Amino acid sequence: MAEAMGFFTDTTVCIGCKACEVACKEWNQLPAENGGVRELSGDSYDNTRKLDGIHWRHVRFIEQFKGPYDGRWLMMSDVCKHCVQAGCLEVCPTGAIIRTQFDTVVIQSDVCNGCRACIAACPFGVIDINPVSGTAQKCTLCYDRLQVGLEPACSKACPTDSIQFGAIAELRTRAEKRVAQLKSQGVAAELYGASPTGPLGGLNSFYLLVDKPEVYGLPRHPELPTANLAKSGGLSVASAAVLGLLAIVGLRKRRMDEQGRGGPGNV
Amino acid sequence: MSDTFFSGAPHWTWFIVLYFFVGGIAGGASFLAAVLDWFGGPEDRPVARSGYNVAAVGAIVSGALLTIDLGRPLRFWHMLFQSANLPAVMFKGWSPISFGAWAILAFGLFSVLAAVGGMAEEGRLHNPTLRAVGGAVHGGLAKLVGAGAGLLGIFIAGYTGVLLSVTNRPIWADGPWLGALFLASGVSTGTAALILLGRRRGATEQALARLSAFDTKALVVELLVLVLFVASLGSLNKVWVSFWGLILLVGVVAFGILAPLWLHLQRRPVASAARLVLLGGFLLRLATIFASEGIERYRVTAGM
Repeated sequence: MAEAMGFFTDTTVCIGCKACEVACKEWNQLPAENGGVRELSGDSYDNTRKLDGIHWRHVRFIEQFKGPYDGRWLMMSDVCKHCVQAGCLEVCPTGAIIRTQFDTVVIQSDVCNGCRACIAACPFGVIDINPVSGTAQKCTLCYDRLQVGLEPACSKACPTDSIQFGAIAELRTRAEKRVAQLKSQGVAAELYGASPTGPLGGLNSFYLLVDKPEVYGLPRHPELPTANLAKSGGLSVASAAVLGLLAIVGLRKRRMDEQGRGGPGNV
Repeated sequence: MSDTFFSGAPHWTWFIVLYFFVGGIAGGASFLAAVLDWFGGPEDRPVARSGYNVAAVGAIVSGALLTIDLGRPLRFWHMLFQSANLPAVMFKGWSPISFGAWAILAFGLFSVLAAVGGMAEEGRLHNPTLRAVGGAVHGGLAKLVGAGAGLLGIFIAGYTGVLLSVTNRPIWADGPWLGALFLASGVSTGTAALILLGRRRGATEQALARLSAFDTKALVVELLVLVLFVASLGSLNKVWVSFWGLILLVGVVAFGILAPLWLHLQRRPVASAARLVLLGGFLLRLATIFASEGIERYRVTAGM
């Protein structure tokens, strides 16, 4: 297996230009929404609003304003996290979702049958159906470009290097240095998803944040969907056992009672 | 805020609601039919045969609903075989949707065999091949086939809830009780379906009374599990302050569980109670699925 590759997104230098969104759309030939006539969000300068089957990159605008001159903009270019332990890959019933030699997670569109289990399994709300293909789609970390030695379209297009592409080990070192630098300047910077011992075994697309993860639309403790399997399955088995016993005991007791009363006695 | 609020809705809507409802009835009816076959007497056979018929039709309808719901329905077989590596089997024991696909297939086979056996017993088969197949399913083999259909049936009734729990969606993944709840509801609705069908298929009053008595117990179990399910959600229960909460409280609890329990205890006509149980079973799936589907993650994330 080749070295694990991924993204380090430094949100402090994102300027919200959405060049990454455009580059992603162009390279991956993703269709426009609603025939290109976009509905405005009405409550934000961000009109993409979310990641889905035709938006594999989304620059999230977080507008924190108490008053006209009292506030700040936080911006984060969001994308599939290419989790080391990926919930989507775990539940996919067709084998369409695979882990590549770059330790990234890719949906094979010719195998996916659009059951949508992966959408509900992803703790980050990354995946959705592409209405053109009828299959689940998301960022591939430009698997086709990686195979020929190119970097992904989004990071290539990013004018501020907010999105940095590279080997995960090297990106982690770079990210830690940047956090130390920001902290020395009094900025409360934290890494999200960088630790291999953290949730989901670490994220191959990790972030530098300056506020709580929830503010950026990220879950604090993302989990694999199968975390519930043993407990939910066990309680179902217990419930089946109780109902089975009630059915058997009830039916036999009544049969005995009827036999005792000289009833039909057959049941 | 629960971490589940950051996930995306899978757009599992009407076809899935109908599948969960029909699959629950089919699974519950098949389970009860097998119990009657193994622990009942000859006079229970008409009800057991009806149970297998309900299971067979339900399994076929379930498979059709699941297939129609896919984004690419013609690729339904990708859940069973590796499309790029035929004839290698596609199976993930830890993924409910994967083992569910195989379970539905097996349930369909067993319940259709059990139903054909029952129809042959009644002399209702005119096709020579079906008559030969049905004729072969009798005696000990019929009991074994029935046991297979019953066990797979109870699995089908419950795994749908486990499938919802094994996600990262609000409500579904926030507690471990959905599998048990859907299983209990599947058994109560399956019994209700048999009560309604049994009368037409020559079931005796005593057999119907026994079904009614069992349905009462199944409803009590369902109510208990529903209380535990709601309790397990904790502070998340504010999501029920909505139209779907009203459906859960009035449609499921009041009309679908308490009203039929009261009718059973009053020894009122069992058919009325059975119809209410079916209504409650449908509304339970509807409320559970749509309440989660309807949570608009971006509004929540933004605190709006």
